[in-house]
Amino acid sequence: MSTINRDAVRQTILDALSSVAPEADLASLDPKAALRETLDLDSMDFLNFVIALHKALGTDVPERDYAKLATLESCVEYLVTHGR
Amino acid sequence: MPSLGADMDAGTLVEWHVGPGTVVKRGDVVALVETDKGIVEVEIWESGTIDAVLVAPGTKVPVGTVLATTRADGAPTPATAAPPAVLNPPVSPAAPHAEVRASPAAKQLAREQGIDVTKLHGTGPHDTVTRADVERAVGATATGAPATSPEHERMQAPPPPAAAAERPSGIDTAGMRRAIAAAMARSKREIPHYYLSADIDLAATIAWLEGDNARRPVTERILLAALLLKATASAIREVPEINGHFVDGVFRPSSAAHLGVAISLRQGGLIAPAIHDVQDKSVAEVQIALRDLVARTRVGRLRSSEMSDPTLTVTNLGDQGVESVFGVIYPPQVALVGFGRVVERPWASGGMLGVRPIVTATLSADHRVSDGHRGGVFLAAVNRLLQRPEEL
Repeated sequence: MSTINRDAVRQTILDALSSVAPEADLASLDPKAALRETLDLDSMDFLNFVIALHKALGTDVPERDYAKLATLESCVEYLVTHGR
Repeated sequence: MPSLGADMDAGTLVEWHVGPGTVVKRGDVVALVETDKGIVEVEIWESGTIDAVLVAPGTKVPVGTVLATTRADGAPTPATAAPPAVLNPPVSPAAPHAEVRASPAAKQLAREQGIDVTKLHGTGPHDTVTRADVERAVGATATGAPATSPEHERMQAPPPPAAAAERPSGIDTAGMRRAIAAAMARSKREIPHYYLSADIDLAATIAWLEGDNARRPVTERILLAALLLKATASAIREVPEINGHFVDGVFRPSSAAHLGVAISLRQGGLIAPAIHDVQDKSVAEVQIALRDLVARTRVGRLRSSEMSDPTLTVTNLGDQGVESVFGVIYPPQVALVGFGRVVERPWASGGMLGVRPIVTATLSADHRVSDGHRGGVFLAAVNRLLQRPEEL
């Protein structure tokens, strides 16, 4: 997986986060920070985040894998690995 | 100007979606209004043709002011339920306003950076311009020093007329805090609350939900919250005295379950817009409605009917880790249902001790309308209904 692709995935994730937490300052988001706690996402926000990822990348993340989307870094890792 | 909740006394007309001659039907969004709780889409309550628009964009008017008149069968009639006598002089002068769909944070950043949000392509829900969109635009144009205009300065002094049209269209957190204070103080002054709680074993509910969700595509996945709302709507059929409004000393029960969903705003404050007719919706439809409602709340795009008419509020603080919540009733409603976090607990059932996922359901209810026994019947019904999720 090329760096460019990884950056594109990262940007897609940030866009998806921005759609569920429009007031968040994502520029200062620590890639290792727990997303749900840091951005105060409730379970509906998180579902909307997963749906936004699905729309942008076509990846349908099953519920049992939600834990793998815990941080920005792990999201990039998961989506790069599971992207279609 | 419709009343978008018991705690609202005025609103600012932001923009019209219609003009004289526009044909409208009941439920159409005709205007955007700014309140303490953000921008609200105002729906019209009767079909017809817009006759005249009486309030110009940028004008703040009291609740009850006629905003526009419609023509039905040729005769002019008020479009909003309010006597024309209430019409007050404008508080601030009119200023035309371009259509802007942008989140509060996006607008603030755009203002600071001198970016015109109307020129940006929105990537958020309903093409709303998000903060990220503005950040990208900032990066692209690399504008000079930001024109700072701190929020607190605006709140301390009324904006000069020229600035009126540029006021932040987001949520006024200080105003919202005052509104919540007024409504909650009134509630505690007028409503004799009583409180009940019951622990509910969700093993069957969650097992069903997980199995069902595994078969669903991500866009149709259902959250426990949708089941809790549906169970609440079904249970109030058995205990109708917790669903409705207490007005002028009389309880008016509602046959429809318009459930207000308490949503905490990250910038502070709380909003509880309604999902209408939950009793007639399937769990999947409740889920879709709830998802849409949360997404629109986040970007400040609620509709007037959602703001004005919940018949019972449900609050779910489970995501914050709270195990039980005893809420304050939002007048003129007569009850508030709370659900906490689902926790694994030792649980005795059928002579056996096991570990089960448990949720604490609570009811705060108005003693002028119901008694603890009836409240207990309601919580028992919620429990019974949640044991058979496939039938909800």
